[in-house]
Amino acid sequence: MTFSAELEARFEKLLHSYPPGRQRSAMIPMLLYAQDEVGSVTDELIDEVALRVGVTPAQVNEVLSYYSMLHRKPMGKFHVQVCTNISCLLNDGDKLWEHACKKLGIGHKEATADGRISLEEVECMGACSWAPAVQVNYDFHHFVTPEKLDEILDGLKEKA
Amino acid sequence: MPDLIHLTIDGHPIEAAPGTLLINAAKTAGLEIPAFCYYDGLSLQAACRMCLVEIEKMPKLMTACTQTVAEGMVVRTDTPQVHAARKYMLEFLLTNHPLDCPVCDKGGECELQDMTFRYGVGESRFTDEKVHTPEKQFSPVVFFDAPRCILCYRCVRVCNEGMGVNALGVINRGVVSEISPNKGDHLECDECGMCIDICPVGALTSGAYRYQTRPWEMTHVGAICTHCADGCKTTLGTRNGQIIRGNNRDRSGINGEFLCIKGRYAFDFYNHAERLQSPLARVDGKLIEVSWSQALSAVARKFGDTISAGGSFGVVGSNLTTNEENYYLQKFARGVLKTNNIDHHRTGDVVSLLDALSGKSGKLATVADLYEAKAVLVLGADLALEHPLLSYQIRADYRHHQAHVYAVGPHPVREDNYSAASIRAASAAEYFAALENLREKLRAEADLTILFDDSVKGAGVAKLVDFGESLGIPVKYVCLLDYSNSRGAADMGLMPELLPGYRPAGETGLHVDEMTEAPLDVLWVVGANPLEGRARKASFLVVQDLFLTETARQADIVLPAASAYEKEGTVTNVTGEVQRLRRAISVMGAKADLEIIGFLAREMGVAAAMGPWTPNAVFEEIRANVRGYEIPPAVLATGGAAQSMPVNGRIPVESRPELAHSDHNGLFASGTLGRYSKVLGSVLEGRLSR
Amino acid sequence: MLYNEPSPLETRVLSRRFGLPNSASIDTYLATEGYQAFRKAAGMKPDDIINEVKVSNLRGRGGAGFPTGMKWSFVPRTSPKPKYIVVNADESEPGTCKDRVLIENDPHQLIEGILIAGLAVDAHAGYIYVRGEYRYLIEVLEKAIAEAYAKGWLGKNIQGTGFDFELYAHSGAGAYECGEESALLESLEGKRGIPRIRPPFPAVSGAFQCPTVLNNVETFCAVPPIIRDGGAAFAALGVPKAGGTKMTCLTGNINKPGVYELPLGFPVMKMIEEVGGGIPRGRKLKAMIPGGSSCPVLTAEECRDATMDYDSMASRKTMLGSGGVIIMDDQTCMVKAALRIMRFYAHESCGWCIPCREGTTWLRKILTRFHNGGGTQTDIGLIADVSKNMLGRTFCPLGDAAAMPTISIVEKFRDEFEAHLEGRPCPYEHAEHLVTV
Repeated sequence: MTFSAELEARFEKLLHSYPPGRQRSAMIPMLLYAQDEVGSVTDELIDEVALRVGVTPAQVNEVLSYYSMLHRKPMGKFHVQVCTNISCLLNDGDKLWEHACKKLGIGHKEATADGRISLEEVECMGACSWAPAVQVNYDFHHFVTPEKLDEILDGLKEKA
Repeated sequence: MPDLIHLTIDGHPIEAAPGTLLINAAKTAGLEIPAFCYYDGLSLQAACRMCLVEIEKMPKLMTACTQTVAEGMVVRTDTPQVHAARKYMLEFLLTNHPLDCPVCDKGGECELQDMTFRYGVGESRFTDEKVHTPEKQFSPVVFFDAPRCILCYRCVRVCNEGMGVNALGVINRGVVSEISPNKGDHLECDECGMCIDICPVGALTSGAYRYQTRPWEMTHVGAICTHCADGCKTTLGTRNGQIIRGNNRDRSGINGEFLCIKGRYAFDFYNHAERLQSPLARVDGKLIEVSWSQALSAVARKFGDTISAGGSFGVVGSNLTTNEENYYLQKFARGVLKTNNIDHHRTGDVVSLLDALSGKSGKLATVADLYEAKAVLVLGADLALEHPLLSYQIRADYRHHQAHVYAVGPHPVREDNYSAASIRAASAAEYFAALENLREKLRAEADLTILFDDSVKGAGVAKLVDFGESLGIPVKYVCLLDYSNSRGAADMGLMPELLPGYRPAGETGLHVDEMTEAPLDVLWVVGANPLEGRARKASFLVVQDLFLTETARQADIVLPAASAYEKEGTVTNVTGEVQRLRRAISVMGAKADLEIIGFLAREMGVAAAMGPWTPNAVFEEIRANVRGYEIPPAVLATGGAAQSMPVNGRIPVESRPELAHSDHNGLFASGTLGRYSKVLGSVLEGRLSR
Repeated sequence: MLYNEPSPLETRVLSRRFGLPNSASIDTYLATEGYQAFRKAAGMKPDDIINEVKVSNLRGRGGAGFPTGMKWSFVPRTSPKPKYIVVNADESEPGTCKDRVLIENDPHQLIEGILIAGLAVDAHAGYIYVRGEYRYLIEVLEKAIAEAYAKGWLGKNIQGTGFDFELYAHSGAGAYECGEESALLESLEGKRGIPRIRPPFPAVSGAFQCPTVLNNVETFCAVPPIIRDGGAAFAALGVPKAGGTKMTCLTGNINKPGVYELPLGFPVMKMIEEVGGGIPRGRKLKAMIPGGSSCPVLTAEECRDATMDYDSMASRKTMLGSGGVIIMDDQTCMVKAALRIMRFYAHESCGWCIPCREGTTWLRKILTRFHNGGGTQTDIGLIADVSKNMLGRTFCPLGDAAAMPTISIVEKFRDEFEAHLEGRPCPYEHAEHLVTV
């Protein structure tokens, strides 16, 4: 499997970040970084990571299925994550989530037909003092109102 | 011996060795601390929380499965707090459990049922929807019903730690965590079924056993597996004359709870559609069914006529028949047929080993020794495939005692995964070069057990023993053999040059390959298939077997024989341990080989000279005549195994190492017999179709 | 830069560089007494460093509040194995967002704290385990680490002291449970985030089965000021038995949410009213969770004389926790709050042990049904009972974390549960507006 030069460099660095014989440690960051590039954790990616860190594909699958940010199915180009956990809930994060679902016509872990935007209702992302919060891919948006969310979502339609 | 630790559990004073887990210390006082995830010999989990107990000065309940004993510790397992913890733990477990006990294979021997009965609540307060996922088939023999699973991780551990296979894991997290097979939707593994056996509930069920019976309807008979030479005890569950299940949950026998696919499932040849249930006689070139009396008198007549005419006989014995049958057969051949033309397929050069060990004692390792050895050297064989029990013992020795394992052989083997050193070597010369490389390491070991297969024979065995004895440490040996009574065949003198107990036969006779090629007047084959791929040369061929093998197909008379599960007697395993077979079922039409030979003796009028043909009577004769078989009847009767040291002195005959060749049966093969096992066939078929 | 307006009531020790231009850069750091504590520590005996931390009364800032100096002293320094420093930056406790701010604004303070810990226990490598959602902080950390290497504050023979240290940023991938220290170590080793059986504790057998110091970001960040200005000075900022300041996240129904550095022992009502500017829309305080969603809630009444420190909270049967203060106004449905908290724990339960795996899901189901109007009178007792059956019996503290707030809500706000009975809609919102589960 071929990756971008940047990702290869990251892999290389990761594989040298742990004591000898402990390359398995690189597995989770590798999966996350590779998912960013590939779009999801594909069978091919599992095999590749397994090979590079020296475990079996089944062992990679055991690990990846544990972590909520690793997806076997592709999400949208822009993965919109709305927090509804307690601090966001107290600031109408749940209403924001419903607003997002209604606006896009999709639900939890679903993507728009064009594959550009996907939605996920997520647990606390560590933006509690700036609630309610939304993450688009890895970018945080704070104090998000329905109007602000509309702006963000509309912006994504244009964005490359 | 370190000082014992003193503690009290529920007021009982208890002494335990330092490091003893509380759950085991309690057991010694007859106190049960319930647990699902704790399992002797496997890694600790502390996941099921059933073993929570009160320990004085500890603020919270503690898991007795992880807590080790401490001096002065005061433990209580009988308090309201502990009872409540158990009760509500079971309530939690049952929330998502389907409670489909009436149709669950495990019903009646389910630990969850037993625990709920003993410690649980009568009713559940759970009224919401249960998590459900459909049942999955992982392999021909393994089915998985996730909703029944309590996630004790026993299956994962027995597969990873016990078997060294790593075929089972856990995926997802939280309430949707699930046991998962290594190849996505299916297993690629040893198909040993250990995971099924160890499952405390009905989550993992057996493709062979599921929905066949309620467990309490079965009768359980302790037999010895008739496939490889390791000699595992398999407890056969029978009902209405059918074998329904094989397992060894009572951990009796030299194998404890271990069984591979053959011991657990491959009893299923017994009712194969092609099983012979009537004697056959060749009439007009065709084999037709005849009565036992017709067949026996035809054979007796032929034998008698041939003796009178001074004709030639050849007798080929079996690797699967009992010691009693083998002894009686060679006695018949030598005493009645007056021939030393008697042999069997030798699968390893045990004769050379016994000869090389002449004058030494305590040199033959037992299965139990393999668990205690400080170091183990495996030469040649792929132990995990050819000798699953021995491999299992060595893995356990490594896990529990940090044994150093050395693997020298032509191919990568499972032992490489944890070996202190693995060396690839293809020939005897390369082996000895590898051994020299290992010499310094081996010298430093406290003791060593060497296992070797048929790639070391004759002078090679002597050289190997020389090497072992030169190390200056205690060394034991195992000469690997193929089949359930390969060792017994040799011990009982199924060899032209040797009588029972490795005494010289005087004038030697023909060996197997010579007999099949010689124009003998009569060739008598008992439980063997020497004419596979060859045409018969003998004028008259008598075959005793379960199936119409390539040899039986060429016979003049075929006598349907009983399998190991259908008769009594003893067998001797690869490590020389003698164990008793118990008849589990009877198959209509078939007779034990001992009985067949006895009837022939009667037909020929030599019964008095041959002596009685009951297994007990023949074993008495063996006890009196064969060195190493002076086993107290009580030891045998209780199912125990005793080491046989069949010779202690040079074996003064010409060694025939070239005759020894192993079939190197893998996990899913078992010589001719293996072809008739449906389960072995289905696994192989599954592999090929992928 | 993520940073709220400071409050004049703050005692800015760990956050002193917040708001400075380029506060995350090594130049800013060096210009503001940065790495001076390391120089000082390099001249101290390891035991003296640990002693200074003990004197500071610094307690673990991740939530458990274990004395830091004592934790460090458990590391067998004579062990032939390598030792590791591991930073818990898996900040996932709902209501908590302080480590994020500390890393983003002042990553070198963290690095310096790590180095001093390394000196104290003879460790020469460290890992910062950052939750996957904080991906951008990986970049922040990698930049800071690169700067530190470039300027000789990491790597071989740091600043001629003869001390070597390698530091790596390691990303998680979404799992609250990895904030539990032994689960974090499993995750760091490329495994499922299942906690380990303890003992052995990480100090003896941690990362890669080697002795390991594992602390929260804020804990490490407190170390440079402690060494620089002395443990006693830090201790004096707080209350007896708990020294220093606490990064406090004001969240929920509050006018000025944000992360504020308050001395331990700060009065709760003063924090809400004066630091946080009170509750919006003229509403009243109904309840407060003092330190992340796993702490039992306090009623407005209980908050009155409470102070933000370990003992005051313990006397009210709750915990200071992680510093994630969740303020709930009088229009908050406590059943809905309990449900949302339980949804979180059911989602995050690792599934390893029975009571947590089954208990959190069961409670989530009851609470969902309950909030939707399908509850019965016996359910109220059942919710408390099931929670109590988890409490103290699970493999790791996640079970307790789920049980404690739930029990406290049922006990303190039973009337709100009663109000949902007999199919009545949630009194705090329209019937058609229900939490999606």
